[in-house]
Amino acid sequence: MTERPRGQHESAIQHVTGGALYTHDLAERMRSALHAWPVQSTHAHARVTSIDKSKVQGRTGVHAVLTVDDVPGENNTGPVRRDEPLFPLEVMYHGQPVAWVIAESEDLARAAAAEVVVHYAALPAILTLEQAISAESFHTAVKRIERGAPDAALAASPHQLSGCLHVGGQEHFYLEMQAACAMRDDSGELLVHASTQHPAETQAVVARVLGVPENRVVCQSLRMGGAFGGKEVQANAFAAVAALGVHKTGRAVSVRLDRRRDLTITGKRHPFFGRFSVGFDDQGRLLSLIMELTSDGGYSLDLSEAILWRAMFHMDNCYRLDAVRVTGRVAATHLPSNTAMRGFGGPQGMLMIEEVLDRVARTLDLPPDIVRERNFYQPGDSTHYGQTVRHAERIERVWHELKADSDYPARRAEVEKFNVGHMHEKRGLAITPVKFGISFTATFFNQAGALLLVYRDGSVQLNHGGTEMGQGLHTKMRNVVVRCLGVSPDRVRVMPTRTDKIPNTSATAASSGADLNGAAIQAACEELRARLLPFAAELLSCAEQDVRIADSLVSAGAVGATLPFSEVVERAYVARVPLFCAGYYRTPGVHFDPQRGQGEPFHYFAYGAAVSEVEVDGFTGQYCLRRVDILHDAGDSLSPAIDLGQIEGGFIQGVGYLTCEDLRYSADGSLSSRGASTYKLPGIGECPPVFRARLLERASEPSVIYGSKAVGEPPLMLAISVREALRDAVSAFRRGGTVELASPATPEAVFWAIRA
Amino acid sequence: MSPVLRFTLNGHVEEVSGIDPHTTLLHYLRQRALTGTKEGCAEGECGACAVVMLDSDPQGRAHYEAVNACLLLMPMLDGRSVWTVEGVARGEALHPVQTALIEAGGSQCGYCTPGFVMSMFAHYYRSPRDGVDNALGGNLCRCTGYRPIRDAARALPQVAEGDPFAIALQSMPSSLRGFEYRAGDVTFCRPSSLTEALRMRAEQPDAQVIAGGTDLVVDVNQNRARRPRFLALDAIMELRTFHLTEGVFVFGAGLTWNELEAKLRGRVPLLSQLVPLFASRLIRARATLGGNLVTASPVGDAAPALLALDAELELASVRGIRRVPISEFFTGYRQTVLASDELLTAVRVPQTAPTLAHFYKVSKRVLDDISCVSAAFAFTLDGEVIRHARIAFGGVAATPVRAQNVEAKLVGQAWDAASLHSAQQGLRGAFAPLSDVRGSAAYRLALVESLLEKFYVAVRP
Repeated sequence: MTERPRGQHESAIQHVTGGALYTHDLAERMRSALHAWPVQSTHAHARVTSIDKSKVQGRTGVHAVLTVDDVPGENNTGPVRRDEPLFPLEVMYHGQPVAWVIAESEDLARAAAAEVVVHYAALPAILTLEQAISAESFHTAVKRIERGAPDAALAASPHQLSGCLHVGGQEHFYLEMQAACAMRDDSGELLVHASTQHPAETQAVVARVLGVPENRVVCQSLRMGGAFGGKEVQANAFAAVAALGVHKTGRAVSVRLDRRRDLTITGKRHPFFGRFSVGFDDQGRLLSLIMELTSDGGYSLDLSEAILWRAMFHMDNCYRLDAVRVTGRVAATHLPSNTAMRGFGGPQGMLMIEEVLDRVARTLDLPPDIVRERNFYQPGDSTHYGQTVRHAERIERVWHELKADSDYPARRAEVEKFNVGHMHEKRGLAITPVKFGISFTATFFNQAGALLLVYRDGSVQLNHGGTEMGQGLHTKMRNVVVRCLGVSPDRVRVMPTRTDKIPNTSATAASSGADLNGAAIQAACEELRARLLPFAAELLSCAEQDVRIADSLVSAGAVGATLPFSEVVERAYVARVPLFCAGYYRTPGVHFDPQRGQGEPFHYFAYGAAVSEVEVDGFTGQYCLRRVDILHDAGDSLSPAIDLGQIEGGFIQGVGYLTCEDLRYSADGSLSSRGASTYKLPGIGECPPVFRARLLERASEPSVIYGSKAVGEPPLMLAISVREALRDAVSAFRRGGTVELASPATPEAVFWAIRA
Repeated sequence: MSPVLRFTLNGHVEEVSGIDPHTTLLHYLRQRALTGTKEGCAEGECGACAVVMLDSDPQGRAHYEAVNACLLLMPMLDGRSVWTVEGVARGEALHPVQTALIEAGGSQCGYCTPGFVMSMFAHYYRSPRDGVDNALGGNLCRCTGYRPIRDAARALPQVAEGDPFAIALQSMPSSLRGFEYRAGDVTFCRPSSLTEALRMRAEQPDAQVIAGGTDLVVDVNQNRARRPRFLALDAIMELRTFHLTEGVFVFGAGLTWNELEAKLRGRVPLLSQLVPLFASRLIRARATLGGNLVTASPVGDAAPALLALDAELELASVRGIRRVPISEFFTGYRQTVLASDELLTAVRVPQTAPTLAHFYKVSKRVLDDISCVSAAFAFTLDGEVIRHARIAFGGVAATPVRAQNVEAKLVGQAWDAASLHSAQQGLRGAFAPLSDVRGSAAYRLALVESLLEKFYVAVRP
């Protein structure tokens, strides 16, 4: 086996020198490109009665005002349900694009867009989840997962409590905003550069809107400046606008949203409203849990159904529930359509049960960590949807290793001592676990392809279906080639993701990018290796099983003769052996029956736990994160440096979600937190001074590429420990009892929790 | 004839003419295919567009400041030297800050990275270097969680002997020239003396005055605000002076917050407390003391502190100079007593410090945030007895405001639990704040009382 290459991001040098190009950078370098700007709805819900372009039509530099009349194909970009008209006749949220101006410069397009006059007939709007629930405005029927006899078990429980929790949304705030640039390629067909997690779907949507077969559209995703789920389906419409602009003007067209447009047009993480009734014993063991979840889907369905399922799959987190019923529904509101975001419903489900457990613990006056432990899954247990919790023993292993590592018991005592000595500042400490199911719950997405091209000099081009958004997928995929084919990293070039290399790819999402594409690459590498081995053996005069390939050198055993890899490749070429190879992978065994609410939707689970310590200022509700310790299960990591980056970054993104990131809407349904000055993500000041993240050792996952595990999403939920630590601190200001804390727990929310 | 704008970009002279003065440096760079500089917010909050400017302090000494390219209008560049992320490596040899970021694993998606490189570049040459969080507080990263970036900044080596950027600091930057630049219907005047500026102000009272531009250019970017005429104050050295005269610190209104911090050296503790909480280092490199006052934002952070310190403002015009107590300066939401021919030229702060003083800022984020409520308290005690009390707030009214009734009642009382309690009662109902994205009216009202108590607890012996 070759030595593991270093984990440094494969584009790190381009990142630090400014040489890494993003979609809009390509457009800026293209002098001939036209620029687009949207005309946005000024109503949350209204019929568009007319669009008056007369003021700008014919103006120098203004090339087109795109409206529904310009669509040669289908005027709809909806990914699951066809409920997203690209040019709406009925606007469904404040800020929805009604028309797009195409002009010589962005400034001209912007100025003209302000002068396109749209007339509306206002319609009543539903602007909150609570309003939708009471108006029975839903996108979906009720979904249900049930096990045991929860009603009877609840009635028979020694203790019962009921409550509810509203969990706010979260803006992706990828630093690179939505962008696409379309043009005619050398053969006159469409080439669309897009900042998209799902080039195949972007290609399909562009083809659908233009009314052309998919083979006439190529989509390339070079790299993204962050995506976090926000470019899983919501990149498609902007690519379609760019393509339509090309169709209309014959020129290249760039669409890029500035931050305000991005914030007001695109969807966010779903707000959830949960109601729960729980029965428990004196020890805090859960005897029954009945939970009702409603998510705010926004105006269209988008991926809301799958996101709701994942919330329902994760409302157990790490806890065994013998008598449980969870029901869920997606509400329809007149807001931007909420969409995928890192965790994809998982965080909302997990927040609910962690809320339940904390309330149970504080009701019984028991330490919350002890109550959590008492409810952990044990080996052999299965989830409420009937899947065996494989490696359930890792929950306790991670938990106890982390408690010891972080010096939890001693710090608990220190926190209590501090709190006794301080009237106006209180510290809080909490440990919370994570179990996160890996796979697309839409089973057919669990497939991937790769195309490996070896050239006569032994250098390699790797094409695969995954997209790079900062998560280090290309680095990991290069490592798979290095490890499997034995070439040195500098001889492997990872190509931009393009639909003319790998067709019909899945979105790079659900944390599955490395698992799926890595396995497809491995298949391609193994086949090529098998083709090369006979030539290596012949050149080295040894048996095939004795051939070693590492660092682009081929040798017979550990001490035998050595040849450059290129020599073997050349020999194979001359012997007319194909030096390119496609690889393919589909995840075995995953299935789920939505009617019964039962199945095995996940290939495996990733585990982790975090300990967080906070200090809260009782005068203002402001707080600081003093220390964080994390132990996370990434299997046998494909790249420890990349995985630690995902863990830390996911954690801080989760901290933002649960603390400072606060989406606010005005009474007319327009977003008030519509810029970086009003929507605050964590800055460096929120990064704890002591921040220790570690990978779980001896954690191989045998069914995944090189024993690794997916790592993109699970660490986000480790941030629940911060919310629980804040609650712990709030409770120290008060005399026991449960603590109701809004989410996000902004300083204001903490302030009111202290004073409640 | 409109002059050609001339500045140095990555060591090479750029000459620009015919460009709309509303064009930002960010836009210009990207049009020139220097696309390493990124737009993330276009309001100076994220730092993705950070570049480094060779700046001179009022004594003419050169130093590097990282600034937001999205908030610099092109005419403001005239006579300056700017480096972008493309200009700091020497061929294949990366700059030490670039190497440090790579080695620490400080980039994931890479989009914010150029901005961090530039903030770290300015930090690298600062002598002495200040805290890493302070240096990088104006840069947002959505991927890494900051730990590796912080580690990279902490691991920076000393500046090597012969470092060309360090050598460049030894030559004095030339002073900025005055000019009147025109493109299309827009005129951008940059006088180089106060006399000239006051004359222009009198002749063209409608011209938009611009100092650092960190508020105004946000409006240009976010709302496509357009002005026919600008009057820029950045070349006027008289506005960047600082001296102590007859027991009064006199700060030039054109001092940037970074300059102010360097000048203060802790001599006005209340202001020194406020500086690190004021926006971010990137903004403080351009934002001026005077700008924060004349924009008259109800949540501007300087005003409560200066209200508590009984500062006086010098307003100058061709008619002469007048002094106005800051408590009389603000007249309404974003309105002041400044006449259409006047400029705020200096801020006067008494040297005698109050016995007890504190500045507080309540916001969602520690650094680089806008206040929900800010408060400044300054009490002078004679033994136990309060001789002089100032209580000032931002974010609770249409203007920054003092609680004068409460102050008056405190004078002559002992500073104890009873007087705290009655002061809190006096504050109840004294203001009628609004609810907005930064906090509810109820929270703001509660903070007014609670911050006074926080002050009481903090300063009680």
